[in-house]
Amino acid sequence: MSNKTITIDDIEVPFEEGQTIMDAALAAEIYIPHLCHKPGLSPHGSCKLCTVDVDGRAVSACTLPAAEGQRIDNNTPALNEVRKTITQMLFIEGNHLCPSCEKSGDCTLQAMAYHLGMLDGHFPQFYPQRELDASHPTLVLDRDRCILCELCVRASREYDGKDVFAISGRNTNRQLIVNSATGRLADSDIETDDMAAHICPVGAILIKDHGYEIPIGRRTFDLHSVAESDLGEIKLSNVRHHDE
Amino acid sequence: MSKLRVGTTSLAGCFGCHMSFLDMDERIVGLLEHIEFTRSPINDIKHCEPCDIGLIEGGLCNADNVHVLQEFRENCKILIAVGACAINGGVPAMRNHFTLKQCLEEAFIDGIGVDNPHIPNDVEIPLLLSKVHPIHEVVKVDYYLPGCPPPADAFVKILTDLLEGREPSLPNEMLHYD
Repeated sequence: MSNKTITIDDIEVPFEEGQTIMDAALAAEIYIPHLCHKPGLSPHGSCKLCTVDVDGRAVSACTLPAAEGQRIDNNTPALNEVRKTITQMLFIEGNHLCPSCEKSGDCTLQAMAYHLGMLDGHFPQFYPQRELDASHPTLVLDRDRCILCELCVRASREYDGKDVFAISGRNTNRQLIVNSATGRLADSDIETDDMAAHICPVGAILIKDHGYEIPIGRRTFDLHSVAESDLGEIKLSNVRHHDE
Repeated sequence: MSKLRVGTTSLAGCFGCHMSFLDMDERIVGLLEHIEFTRSPINDIKHCEPCDIGLIEGGLCNADNVHVLQEFRENCKILIAVGACAINGGVPAMRNHFTLKQCLEEAFIDGIGVDNPHIPNDVEIPLLLSKVHPIHEVVKVDYYLPGCPPPADAFVKILTDLLEGREPSLPNEMLHYD
């Protein structure tokens, strides 16, 4: 047991050398909001929801190594307000129309918005029109819901040992692309049981024919907050498969 | 104390939010001790009068929606966007993925089982907007009541808060987008 500690919201938290602030917080069951982070996959630092204040500087908790004596503000009204604004931007940049999305209730973006008390999108809606790929027999890729968190990119490379996804383009033209000769999911080597097929935190990658097995109102985030769910889901093996 | 005057309307919505409002059942009797409806589909009054609270269901899909919304904004001290469609366009905004021409042709020309195919053009029919928009893109909105529809409890909560002079808020369990 390490005797090195950091302080998160006035709570002393032990950490091991090499752990990030996020690693140490999750191990101590302290919730730092996050969307693009999944323990076991390399940190990405793109969603910025885990922004915390370390000795007066705003940093991403998932990428910054913990260091002895850091004083960290996490669950403050100011940080949560900024996190809410980030979440609003993620919502309006995609077609996150919950009533028409089969991921509703199991969507981490939606649960994050609940957690932060988001009532509206605030900004003008983008209503993007990106290509939908329903070519695969068991999977569908709706790019209009992708938040570019790269969880599927990393899961495919680091866990599945494949290289199915990547992000291409700049600014509003950024989008998820598929590594196959045709660019279609059907021609890639993704399989239904791959982690990359199940890790999407939103409704961008969906498993066909299983969307409504659990009725709305009884889904993960209908029953648990995102904080409870993420603290309970520390091991990669907890990722739910469609046949469970 | 005189009653608070409440107007309601459904723009590009399905009246589901109004149905959910009525789902408060007998609690509406107590509520009517403190509020009275002005323009609303509930009493079928068609014209806006100055009122305290306006509940707007639905987004904007045609010129008439914009006209009604602006009339409500001019007449209401407090305007509340009710439900997913008013807040982000909701299900009607799924047509934003297509051009208006594609939508009309699919519905009235190429659709399965269409008889006498032609796109309706009667002057009485409000002109469609090229895209569906949430209401805060056109008028100032004071409060938001999310949900598809918001639960009856959420209507009771927000109106009770306003009646008792509190800043409206929703407990976590009433915050849902579906």
